Amino acid sequence: MNLKRKHRMWAVVALLLGVSVAVGLALYALQQNINLFYSPSQIADHQAPDDTRIRAGGMVVEHSLQRSGDSLMVHFALTDFQKTIEVEYTGILPDLFREGQGVVALGKMNSKGVFVADQVLAKHDEKYMPPEVAAALKASGKLPPQPSAEH
Amino acid sequence: MVKVVANAKALKKQKMPQWFYQLGSPRWFYELSGKWLPWLGGSAALLLTIGLVWALLFAPADYQQGNSFRIIYLHVPSAFLAQSVYLLMAIAGAIGLIWKMKVAEVVAKCAAPIGASYAFLALVTGAIWGKPTWGAWWVWDARLTSMLILLFLYLGVIALNSAIGDRQMAAKASAILAIVGVINLPIIKYSVDWWNTLHQPASFTLTEKPAMPAEMWVPLLLMVLGFYALFTWTLLTRCRTEILERERRAGWVCDLLSNSQIK
Repeated sequence: MNLKRKHRMWAVVALLLGVSVAVGLALYALQQNINLFYSPSQIADHQAPDDTRIRAGGMVVEHSLQRSGDSLMVHFALTDFQKTIEVEYTGILPDLFREGQGVVALGKMNSKGVFVADQVLAKHDEKYMPPEVAAALKASGKLPPQPSAEH
Repeated sequence: MVKVVANAKALKKQKMPQWFYQLGSPRWFYELSGKWLPWLGGSAALLLTIGLVWALLFAPADYQQGNSFRIIYLHVPSAFLAQSVYLLMAIAGAIGLIWKMKVAEVVAKCAAPIGASYAFLALVTGAIWGKPTWGAWWVWDARLTSMLILLFLYLGVIALNSAIGDRQMAAKASAILAIVGVINLPIIKYSVDWWNTLHQPASFTLTEKPAMPAEMWVPLLLMVLGFYALFTWTLLTRCRTEILERERRAGWVCDLLSNSQIK
Protein backbone atom coordinates (compact mmCIF):
# COMPACT_ATOMS: atom_id res chain seq x y z
CA MET A 1 0.00 0.00 0.00
CA ASN A 2 1.53 3.32 -0.91
CA LEU A 3 1.18 6.41 1.19
CA LYS A 4 -1.64 7.91 -0.87
CA ARG A 5 -3.74 4.78 -0.59
CA LYS A 6 -3.05 4.66 3.11
CA HIS A 7 -4.29 8.22 3.51
CA ARG A 8 -7.41 7.42 1.55
CA MET A 9 -7.99 4.36 3.69
CA TRP A 10 -7.74 6.40 6.88
CA ALA A 11 -10.16 8.91 5.38
CA VAL A 12 -12.67 6.09 4.80
CA VAL A 13 -12.16 4.73 8.33
CA ALA A 14 -12.55 8.22 9.81
CA LEU A 15 -15.74 8.76 7.80
CA LEU A 16 -17.21 5.51 9.10
CA LEU A 17 -16.19 6.22 12.70
CA GLY A 18 -17.55 9.77 12.58
CA VAL A 19 -20.90 8.66 11.25
CA SER A 20 -21.07 5.81 13.78
CA VAL A 21 -20.52 8.20 16.65
CA ALA A 22 -23.12 10.65 15.33
CA VAL A 23 -25.75 7.97 14.77
CA GLY A 24 -24.91 6.30 18.07
CA LEU A 25 -25.47 9.55 19.96
CA ALA A 26 -28.70 10.25 18.09
CA LEU A 27 -30.05 6.78 18.83
CA TYR A 28 -28.98 7.09 22.46
CA ALA A 29 -30.88 10.37 22.73
CA LEU A 30 -33.94 8.88 21.06
CA GLN A 31 -33.78 5.62 22.99
CA GLN A 32 -37.20 5.90 24.57
CA ASN A 33 -38.97 7.13 21.45
CA ILE A 34 -37.77 4.25 19.30
CA ASN A 35 -39.51 1.71 21.50
CA LEU A 36 -42.68 0.60 19.78
CA PHE A 37 -44.67 0.31 22.98
CA TYR A 38 -44.81 1.06 26.70
CA SER A 39 -44.86 -1.79 29.17
CA PRO A 40 -47.73 -2.08 31.70
CA SER A 41 -45.35 -1.03 34.51
CA GLN A 42 -44.44 2.16 32.69
CA ILE A 43 -48.12 2.94 32.14
CA ALA A 44 -49.09 2.12 35.73
CA ASP A 45 -46.25 4.35 37.00
CA HIS A 46 -47.44 7.19 34.72
CA GLN A 47 -44.21 7.22 32.73
CA ALA A 48 -46.34 7.15 29.61
CA PRO A 49 -48.22 10.32 28.59
CA ASP A 50 -51.79 10.14 29.88
CA ASP A 51 -53.91 11.92 27.30
CA THR A 52 -52.34 10.80 24.04
CA ARG A 53 -52.63 7.66 22.01
CA ILE A 54 -49.92 5.25 23.04
CA ARG A 55 -49.10 1.64 22.44
CA ALA A 56 -49.13 -0.82 25.31
CA GLY A 57 -47.30 -4.10 24.95
CA GLY A 58 -47.26 -7.14 27.19
CA MET A 59 -48.57 -10.64 27.81
CA VAL A 60 -52.28 -11.37 27.87
CA VAL A 61 -53.05 -12.74 31.35
CA GLU A 62 -54.31 -16.35 31.32
CA HIS A 63 -58.10 -16.71 31.65
CA SER A 64 -58.56 -12.94 31.62
CA LEU A 65 -60.27 -12.74 28.22
CA GLN A 66 -63.98 -11.89 28.46
CA ARG A 67 -66.22 -11.42 25.46
CA SER A 68 -69.44 -9.48 25.70
CA GLY A 69 -72.48 -11.45 24.63
CA ASP A 70 -74.06 -8.94 22.24
CA SER A 71 -71.12 -7.04 20.65
CA LEU A 72 -67.54 -7.44 19.51
CA MET A 73 -66.30 -5.89 22.74
CA VAL A 74 -63.56 -7.85 24.50
CA HIS A 75 -61.86 -7.34 27.83
CA PHE A 76 -58.49 -8.69 28.82
CA ALA A 77 -55.64 -7.94 31.18
CA LEU A 78 -52.14 -7.11 29.99
CA THR A 79 -49.11 -7.79 32.16
CA ASP A 80 -45.33 -7.61 32.16
CA PHE A 81 -45.32 -9.84 35.27
CA GLN A 82 -44.86 -6.80 37.51
CA LYS A 83 -47.89 -4.60 36.89
CA THR A 84 -51.14 -5.41 35.11
CA ILE A 85 -53.51 -3.11 33.24
CA GLU A 86 -57.05 -3.71 31.98
CA VAL A 87 -57.64 -3.42 28.24
CA GLU A 88 -60.92 -2.96 26.41
CA TYR A 89 -61.21 -3.44 22.65
CA THR A 90 -64.03 -3.54 20.13
CA GLY A 91 -63.27 -5.42 16.96
CA ILE A 92 -61.86 -8.61 15.58
CA LEU A 93 -58.72 -9.92 17.21
CA PRO A 94 -55.82 -11.11 15.02
CA ASP A 95 -55.44 -14.86 14.44
CA LEU A 96 -52.44 -15.16 16.71
CA PHE A 97 -54.14 -13.50 19.68
CA ARG A 98 -53.79 -16.00 22.54
CA GLU A 99 -53.96 -15.84 26.27
CA GLY A 100 -50.42 -16.12 27.57
CA GLN A 101 -48.93 -14.57 24.43
CA GLY A 102 -47.62 -11.12 23.66
CA VAL A 103 -49.76 -8.39 22.08
CA VAL A 104 -49.39 -4.70 21.34
CA ALA A 105 -52.49 -2.56 21.77
CA LEU A 106 -52.86 0.97 20.39
CA GLY A 107 -55.15 3.29 22.33
CA LYS A 108 -55.62 5.64 25.29
CA MET A 109 -56.10 5.34 29.02
CA ASN A 110 -59.60 6.43 30.07
CA SER A 111 -60.53 8.09 33.36
CA LYS A 112 -61.29 4.76 35.01
CA GLY A 113 -57.78 3.53 34.40
CA VAL A 114 -58.84 1.16 31.63
CA PHE A 115 -56.82 1.14 28.44
CA VAL A 116 -59.24 1.59 25.51
CA ALA A 117 -57.61 0.08 22.44
CA ASP A 118 -58.63 0.71 18.85
CA GLN A 119 -56.08 -1.67 17.36
CA VAL A 120 -54.63 -4.89 18.74
CA LEU A 121 -51.54 -6.47 17.15
CA ALA A 122 -50.36 -9.96 18.01
CA LYS A 123 -46.68 -10.46 18.72
CA HIS A 124 -45.19 -13.88 18.15
CA ASP A 125 -41.86 -15.30 19.19
CA GLU A 126 -39.03 -16.53 17.00
CA LYS A 127 -39.72 -20.21 17.67
CA TYR A 128 -41.42 -22.39 15.12
CA MET A 129 -42.42 -26.02 15.52
CA PRO A 130 -44.75 -28.56 13.95
CA PRO A 131 -48.09 -29.11 15.74
CA GLU A 132 -47.14 -32.67 16.76
CA VAL A 133 -44.00 -31.45 18.50
CA ALA A 134 -46.00 -28.76 20.27
CA ALA A 135 -48.53 -31.40 21.39
CA ALA A 136 -45.76 -33.68 22.65
CA LEU A 137 -44.09 -30.83 24.54
CA LYS A 138 -47.40 -29.86 26.04
CA ALA A 139 -48.07 -33.45 27.13
CA SER A 140 -44.70 -33.60 28.88
CA GLY A 141 -45.36 -30.23 30.47
CA LYS A 142 -42.40 -28.48 28.87
CA LEU A 143 -44.51 -26.02 26.94
CA PRO A 144 -46.52 -23.51 28.93
CA PRO A 145 -50.23 -24.23 28.30
CA GLN A 146 -51.58 -22.00 25.55
CA PRO A 147 -55.35 -22.17 25.41
CA SER A 148 -56.31 -20.81 22.02
CA ALA A 149 -58.68 -17.86 22.02
CA GLU A 150 -62.20 -19.06 21.31
CA HIS A 151 -62.86 -18.15 17.69
CA MET B 1 18.74 7.87 2.56
CA VAL B 2 18.56 5.15 5.19
CA LYS B 3 15.10 6.34 6.11
CA VAL B 4 13.85 6.08 2.54
CA VAL B 5 15.06 2.49 2.28
CA ALA B 6 13.40 1.62 5.57
CA ASN B 7 10.16 3.19 4.37
CA ALA B 8 10.28 1.25 1.13
CA LYS B 9 10.79 -1.96 3.09
CA ALA B 10 7.88 -1.19 5.39
CA LEU B 11 5.67 -0.51 2.37
CA LYS B 12 6.70 -3.70 0.66
CA LYS B 13 5.68 -5.73 3.67
CA GLN B 14 2.15 -4.35 3.57
CA LYS B 15 1.52 -5.32 -0.03
CA MET B 16 -1.78 -7.07 -0.66
CA PRO B 17 -1.69 -10.64 -2.02
CA GLN B 18 -1.25 -11.22 -5.73
CA TRP B 19 -4.85 -12.28 -6.47
CA PHE B 20 -6.10 -8.98 -5.08
CA TYR B 21 -4.33 -7.06 -7.86
CA GLN B 22 -5.19 -9.67 -10.48
CA LEU B 23 -8.88 -9.35 -9.68
CA GLY B 24 -8.49 -5.66 -10.35
CA SER B 25 -7.80 -6.37 -14.00
CA PRO B 26 -11.07 -6.30 -15.97
CA ARG B 27 -9.83 -8.89 -18.42
CA TRP B 28 -8.72 -11.32 -15.75
CA PHE B 29 -12.01 -10.84 -13.88
CA TYR B 30 -13.98 -11.41 -17.08
CA GLU B 31 -12.21 -14.66 -17.92
CA LEU B 32 -12.31 -16.04 -14.37
CA SER B 33 -15.97 -15.20 -13.81
CA GLY B 34 -16.83 -16.85 -17.12
CA LYS B 35 -15.56 -20.14 -15.71
CA TRP B 36 -17.56 -19.73 -12.47
CA LEU B 37 -20.88 -18.78 -14.05
CA PRO B 38 -22.19 -22.25 -15.05
CA TRP B 39 -21.34 -23.69 -11.61
CA LEU B 40 -23.05 -20.82 -9.82
CA GLY B 41 -26.13 -20.92 -12.03
CA GLY B 42 -26.40 -24.69 -11.70
CA SER B 43 -26.06 -24.74 -7.93
CA ALA B 44 -28.53 -21.85 -7.57
CA ALA B 45 -31.14 -23.70 -9.66
CA LEU B 46 -30.56 -26.96 -7.78
CA LEU B 47 -30.62 -25.41 -4.28
CA LEU B 48 -33.67 -23.25 -4.96
CA THR B 49 -35.67 -26.08 -6.55
CA ILE B 50 -34.97 -28.54 -3.74
CA GLY B 51 -35.39 -25.85 -1.09
CA LEU B 52 -38.70 -24.54 -2.44
CA VAL B 53 -40.30 -27.96 -2.99
CA TRP B 54 -39.18 -29.10 0.45
CA ALA B 55 -40.29 -25.87 2.09
CA LEU B 56 -43.71 -25.61 0.46
CA LEU B 57 -44.74 -29.27 0.22
CA PHE B 58 -42.88 -31.30 2.84
CA ALA B 59 -41.89 -29.07 5.75
CA PRO B 60 -44.46 -29.25 8.56
CA ALA B 61 -46.81 -26.33 9.26
CA ASP B 62 -46.22 -24.22 12.36
CA TYR B 63 -48.25 -25.03 15.49
CA GLN B 64 -49.48 -21.44 15.84
CA GLN B 65 -49.33 -19.86 12.39
CA GLY B 66 -50.22 -22.88 10.28
CA ASN B 67 -49.18 -22.62 6.67
CA SER B 68 -48.75 -18.85 6.61
CA PHE B 69 -45.36 -19.28 8.30
CA ARG B 70 -44.01 -20.76 5.04
CA ILE B 71 -43.39 -17.26 3.71
CA ILE B 72 -40.34 -17.36 6.01
CA TYR B 73 -38.62 -19.33 3.24
CA LEU B 74 -38.63 -16.24 1.03
CA HIS B 75 -38.62 -13.54 3.69
CA VAL B 76 -35.56 -14.59 5.69
CA PRO B 77 -33.23 -15.30 2.70
CA SER B 78 -34.14 -12.03 0.99
CA ALA B 79 -33.60 -10.06 4.22
CA PHE B 80 -30.24 -11.83 4.67
CA LEU B 81 -29.21 -11.00 1.13
CA ALA B 82 -30.37 -7.39 1.32
CA GLN B 83 -27.92 -6.82 4.19
CA SER B 84 -25.03 -8.93 2.86
CA VAL B 85 -25.23 -7.29 -0.56
CA TYR B 86 -25.12 -3.88 1.07
CA LEU B 87 -21.97 -4.81 2.97
CA LEU B 88 -20.40 -6.17 -0.22
CA MET B 89 -21.33 -2.99 -2.08
CA ALA B 90 -19.78 -0.80 0.63
CA ILE B 91 -16.57 -2.88 0.76
CA ALA B 92 -16.27 -2.79 -3.04
CA GLY B 93 -16.90 0.95 -2.90
CA ALA B 94 -14.16 1.40 -0.30
CA ILE B 95 -11.70 -0.66 -2.37
CA GLY B 96 -12.62 1.49 -5.35
CA LEU B 97 -11.98 4.65 -3.32
CA ILE B 98 -8.67 3.53 -1.87
CA TRP B 99 -7.06 1.53 -4.69
CA LYS B 100 -8.90 3.19 -7.62
CA MET B 101 -9.67 -0.27 -8.91
CA LYS B 102 -12.03 -0.34 -11.87
CA VAL B 103 -13.46 -3.79 -11.16
CA ALA B 104 -14.38 -2.78 -7.62
CA GLU B 105 -16.27 0.23 -8.99
CA VAL B 106 -18.10 -2.05 -11.42
CA VAL B 107 -19.01 -4.51 -8.63
CA ALA B 108 -20.29 -1.72 -6.37
CA LYS B 109 -22.40 -0.26 -9.15
CA CYS B 110 -23.85 -3.60 -10.28
CA ALA B 111 -24.63 -4.82 -6.75
CA ALA B 112 -26.89 -1.86 -5.91
CA PRO B 113 -29.98 -2.72 -8.03
CA ILE B 114 -29.79 -6.39 -7.04
CA GLY B 115 -29.58 -5.53 -3.35
CA ALA B 116 -32.45 -3.08 -3.72
CA SER B 117 -34.60 -5.87 -5.20
CA TYR B 118 -33.85 -8.13 -2.23
CA ALA B 119 -34.64 -5.35 0.24
CA PHE B 120 -37.92 -4.71 -1.57
CA LEU B 121 -38.75 -8.43 -1.58
CA ALA B 122 -38.01 -8.67 2.16
CA LEU B 123 -40.30 -5.71 2.90
CA VAL B 124 -43.13 -7.00 0.71
CA THR B 125 -43.02 -10.57 2.01
CA GLY B 126 -42.82 -9.16 5.53
CA ALA B 127 -45.95 -7.08 4.96
CA ILE B 128 -47.83 -10.04 3.49
CA TRP B 129 -46.78 -12.13 6.49
CA GLY B 130 -47.56 -9.39 8.99
CA LYS B 131 -51.20 -8.98 8.02
CA PRO B 132 -52.40 -12.47 9.04
CA THR B 133 -50.05 -12.96 11.99
CA TRP B 134 -49.73 -9.55 13.64
CA GLY B 135 -52.89 -7.97 12.26
CA ALA B 136 -51.17 -5.11 10.37
CA TRP B 137 -49.40 -4.70 7.05
CA TRP B 138 -46.94 -2.21 8.43
CA VAL B 139 -45.85 -1.03 11.86
CA TRP B 140 -43.28 1.69 12.48
CA ASP B 141 -41.13 -0.42 14.74
CA ALA B 142 -37.33 -0.23 14.73
CA ARG B 143 -36.72 -3.36 12.62
CA LEU B 144 -39.16 -2.47 9.86
CA THR B 145 -38.13 1.18 9.76
CA SER B 146 -34.39 0.44 9.59
CA MET B 147 -35.06 -2.06 6.79
CA LEU B 148 -37.00 0.63 4.89
CA ILE B 149 -34.02 2.97 5.35
CA LEU B 150 -31.82 0.26 3.83
CA LEU B 151 -34.03 0.26 0.73
CA PHE B 152 -33.78 4.07 0.53
CA LEU B 153 -29.98 3.88 0.85
CA TYR B 154 -29.91 1.47 -2.07
CA LEU B 155 -32.12 3.80 -4.10
CA GLY B 156 -29.80 6.69 -3.20
CA VAL B 157 -26.75 4.78 -4.41
CA ILE B 158 -28.52 3.87 -7.67
CA ALA B 159 -29.67 7.46 -8.17
CA LEU B 160 -26.18 8.89 -7.54
CA ASN B 161 -24.67 6.40 -9.97
CA SER B 162 -27.05 7.36 -12.75
CA ALA B 163 -27.23 11.10 -11.99
CA ILE B 164 -23.50 11.77 -12.33
CA GLY B 165 -22.24 11.50 -15.86
CA ASP B 166 -18.56 11.13 -15.08
CA ARG B 167 -17.89 7.49 -14.14
CA GLN B 168 -15.14 8.15 -11.61
CA MET B 169 -17.10 10.89 -9.86
CA ALA B 170 -20.21 8.71 -9.79
CA ALA B 171 -18.26 5.80 -8.30
CA LYS B 172 -16.71 8.07 -5.67
CA ALA B 173 -19.98 9.69 -4.61
CA SER B 174 -21.95 6.46 -4.44
CA ALA B 175 -19.11 4.70 -2.58
CA ILE B 176 -19.16 7.39 0.11
CA LEU B 177 -22.94 7.08 0.49
CA ALA B 178 -22.61 3.29 0.66
CA ILE B 179 -19.92 3.49 3.35
CA VAL B 180 -21.91 5.97 5.42
CA GLY B 181 -24.94 3.68 5.20
CA VAL B 182 -23.04 0.71 6.63
CA ILE B 183 -23.92 2.07 10.07
CA ASN B 184 -27.50 0.98 9.36
CA LEU B 185 -26.55 -2.71 9.23
CA PRO B 186 -25.82 -3.25 12.95
CA ILE B 187 -28.93 -1.18 13.69
CA ILE B 188 -31.07 -3.56 11.61
CA LYS B 189 -29.47 -6.60 13.19
CA TYR B 190 -29.73 -5.52 16.82
CA SER B 191 -32.94 -3.45 16.58
CA VAL B 192 -34.96 -6.38 17.92
CA ASP B 193 -32.66 -6.67 20.95
CA TRP B 194 -32.14 -3.00 21.74
CA TRP B 195 -35.75 -1.81 21.56
CA ASN B 196 -39.27 -3.11 22.08
CA THR B 197 -40.35 -4.13 18.60
CA LEU B 198 -43.29 -6.02 17.17
CA HIS B 199 -40.84 -8.00 15.04
CA GLN B 200 -39.61 -11.12 16.80
CA PRO B 201 -35.87 -11.78 17.35
CA ALA B 202 -33.89 -13.75 14.78
CA SER B 203 -34.93 -17.39 14.24
CA PHE B 204 -32.12 -18.22 11.90
CA THR B 205 -28.53 -17.44 12.78
CA LEU B 206 -25.37 -19.21 11.81
CA THR B 207 -23.90 -18.93 15.28
CA GLU B 208 -26.67 -20.17 17.53
CA LYS B 209 -28.86 -23.22 17.81
CA PRO B 210 -31.84 -22.73 15.48
CA ALA B 211 -35.22 -21.95 17.02
CA MET B 212 -36.93 -24.59 14.92
CA PRO B 213 -36.54 -28.33 14.31
CA ALA B 214 -34.35 -29.67 11.50
CA GLU B 215 -37.23 -30.47 9.13
CA MET B 216 -38.09 -26.75 9.08
CA TRP B 217 -34.56 -25.45 9.36
CA VAL B 218 -32.76 -27.45 6.63
CA PRO B 219 -35.00 -26.19 3.77
CA LEU B 220 -34.47 -22.66 5.09
CA LEU B 221 -30.70 -23.20 4.99
CA LEU B 222 -30.98 -24.50 1.41
CA MET B 223 -32.99 -21.43 0.43
CA VAL B 224 -30.44 -19.07 2.01
CA LEU B 225 -27.55 -20.82 0.21
CA GLY B 226 -29.57 -20.83 -3.03
CA PHE B 227 -30.24 -17.11 -2.71
CA TYR B 228 -26.51 -16.47 -2.22
CA ALA B 229 -25.66 -18.55 -5.30
CA LEU B 230 -28.36 -16.81 -7.34
CA PHE B 231 -27.08 -13.42 -6.22
CA THR B 232 -23.48 -14.21 -7.12
CA TRP B 233 -24.59 -15.45 -10.53
CA THR B 234 -26.68 -12.31 -11.14
CA LEU B 235 -23.89 -10.02 -9.93
CA LEU B 236 -21.21 -11.63 -12.10
CA THR B 237 -23.47 -11.57 -15.17
CA ARG B 238 -24.21 -7.87 -14.65
CA CYS B 239 -20.55 -7.06 -14.00
CA ARG B 240 -19.44 -8.87 -17.16
CA THR B 241 -21.83 -6.84 -19.28
CA GLU B 242 -20.72 -3.62 -17.60
CA ILE B 243 -17.03 -4.50 -18.11
CA LEU B 244 -17.58 -5.23 -21.80
CA GLU B 245 -19.32 -1.90 -22.19
CA ARG B 246 -16.60 0.07 -20.35
CA GLU B 247 -13.72 -1.72 -22.08
CA ARG B 248 -15.26 -1.86 -25.52
CA ARG B 249 -12.26 -0.05 -26.98
CA ALA B 250 -9.72 -2.38 -25.36
CA GLY B 251 -7.95 -4.87 -27.60
CA TRP B 252 -9.05 -8.00 -25.75
CA VAL B 253 -12.74 -7.04 -25.96
CA CYS B 254 -12.47 -6.39 -29.71
CA ASP B 255 -10.78 -9.79 -30.15
CA LEU B 256 -13.43 -11.47 -28.03
CA LEU B 257 -16.29 -9.92 -29.96
CA SER B 258 -14.89 -10.63 -33.41
CA ASN B 259 -14.15 -14.24 -32.38
CA SER B 260 -17.64 -14.81 -31.05
CA GLN B 261 -19.17 -13.38 -34.24
CA ILE B 262 -17.24 -15.80 -36.41
CA LYS B 263 -18.50 -18.70 -34.31
